[in-house]
Amino acid sequence: MATVSQPAESPLVLEGVTLTQVTSTVAGVVERRTPRAWWFAFAFTGSLTLVLLAMLTYLVTTGIGVWGNNSPVGWAFDITNFVFWIGIGHAGTLISAILYLFRQRWRTSINRFAEAMTLFAVACAAIFPAFHVGRPWRAYWLFPIPNEWSGMWPNFRSPLIWDVFAVSTYGTVSFLFWYLGLIPDLATMRDRAQTHARRVIYGLLSLGWRGSARHWNHYEMAYLLLAGLSTPLVLSVHSIVSFDFAVSLLPGWHATIFPPYFVAGAIFSGFAMVVTLMVIARWFFGLHHLVTMKHLENMNKVMLATGLIVGYAYAVEFFIAWYSGNPFERFAFVNRALGPYSWAYWTMVACNVLAPQLFWFRRFRTSVPVMFVVSLLVNVGMWFERFVIIVTSLHRDFLPAAWGMFRPTWVDLLTLAGSFGLFLTLFLLFVRFLPMISMSEVKAMMASREGA
Amino acid sequence: MSQSTERIGGIYGVAAEFEDAEELLAAVRALRERGYRKLDVLSPFPVHGLAEALGIRRSPLGWAALVAGVTGASAAFLLQWWTGAVSYPLVVGGKPFFAVEPSVPVAFELAVLLASFAAVLGMLALNGLPRFHHPVFAHPRYPAVTDDRFVLVVENDGERFDAVQASEALRATGGEHIQVLEAE
Repeated sequence: MATVSQPAESPLVLEGVTLTQVTSTVAGVVERRTPRAWWFAFAFTGSLTLVLLAMLTYLVTTGIGVWGNNSPVGWAFDITNFVFWIGIGHAGTLISAILYLFRQRWRTSINRFAEAMTLFAVACAAIFPAFHVGRPWRAYWLFPIPNEWSGMWPNFRSPLIWDVFAVSTYGTVSFLFWYLGLIPDLATMRDRAQTHARRVIYGLLSLGWRGSARHWNHYEMAYLLLAGLSTPLVLSVHSIVSFDFAVSLLPGWHATIFPPYFVAGAIFSGFAMVVTLMVIARWFFGLHHLVTMKHLENMNKVMLATGLIVGYAYAVEFFIAWYSGNPFERFAFVNRALGPYSWAYWTMVACNVLAPQLFWFRRFRTSVPVMFVVSLLVNVGMWFERFVIIVTSLHRDFLPAAWGMFRPTWVDLLTLAGSFGLFLTLFLLFVRFLPMISMSEVKAMMASREGA
Repeated sequence: MSQSTERIGGIYGVAAEFEDAEELLAAVRALRERGYRKLDVLSPFPVHGLAEALGIRRSPLGWAALVAGVTGASAAFLLQWWTGAVSYPLVVGGKPFFAVEPSVPVAFELAVLLASFAAVLGMLALNGLPRFHHPVFAHPRYPAVTDDRFVLVVENDGERFDAVQASEALRATGGEHIQVLEAE
């Protein structure tokens, strides 16, 4: 039996693990009886999902006014949540596509997990603009399909419509990438199935995959192509999301730094979410020999690096506001740091700039409790970053007569909480029914190291 | 040594199990040296060097993706020009009805979207998937192929194929669980 010899340092798969142990560990999670704790978690997140459904139903039946959005703060929690969730997704694509192209083999144990996170995050994100349009039953007007106003088309000169294309392409391609990666593993699930129902379901989903060398040849090319296509795609998505702001003329939004700043922030928040969820899943399902400290440490390093980029962007925004000599621009930033929402601004700085500095030290980088707390803080901080950008820029723009304040309503807060419920519910279903680590890729990595 | 002729048509090939990749690669090379050209390997992961040993050519999927990508970008430019400048010309913020620069994001997204579909659907089409029945599924060791084993198939090339000879060739290279697979 193929065993893996002891690697030099910080192993990606612990020594002595055989190929078939990879299969039984990963597939075993799905095949075992549902753990009791899973049901408790599912009951909780499922209830939160119901809260989301209730809030959206209330919104649709009553009107958009149940949210705290007003004039001048026409974008508030909805767009904050949208940008937040889209950003979370970016780590998944970064891990699955960019690290693949760079031949970073440590991605192998975590890419499936992170890709699933991408999909669920995009699903949560899509809810907010769809309901923010006010009449979600007409959300299809966003797409260039003929509607009841014959001859009326979307305005392609608006970044908001670019966003529709970017996000829907991103969601679709992420699904294709994820599913492509799943096919060989679904075949494994089919071949291990003990019940007829499982054999039929996994059999259908695996599309009859049989692992032929000719198939692998096309498969690997398709995988490489998708990685190559997803790489510019993921960079484009948050760039285009940032255009929603940067293309406007509002002080605080109208900045050329936005695309790289948003992309770095997206990767930052996404990695934080992967760490949060992976730490839990690794402990709960006993995946320590496949998701090693090396993986977690690498993710923490990415968080440190992107956190520094984000901190740099905060500083540059202030510098440019001062250097521009534009009084409105200067005011927008002074107001951000010292105005009525300064608590949100400093929460953001503390969580995003200060907290990750702990990761300079190996001791903290490799401590599960520390990384768990820091990843949670970064998640909070990145949500506040979007809140700060959106709300502080809108609430005091040019004429003081047109200023206002935004306060979230209970519907705003429960909708946000509910979106976490949906995200986590989808995640629980994923870890229950699908192999959360790519078995075929881990095995290929082990085999290639052995041969080397 | 020879099989009765009526059975040869009903045979898909002869398959044997191998335990590790090195042994498998050696077997593939040995069989090709003996003149077996129609070989296939079933494996739990893509084996490095196997495609070359089997004489499999580079997948043409890249071309499919390129054509789809160019189609997507062209369609997007056409769509934005026609809807904005021909079908529904509306002045918004004094911007021109159509310009290349603001049309780039949508063109890029549609290029990526179509190229990705071409890569995935092209992969399935070239591989003849979905296909839920296949003669190799009858091999007694097949289920292990998606776990940690390899199965080498000497396929019936319809010419001078001799199942007994093929079985012996497989045995000589170290294959186990040698089995004749019936065609469907």
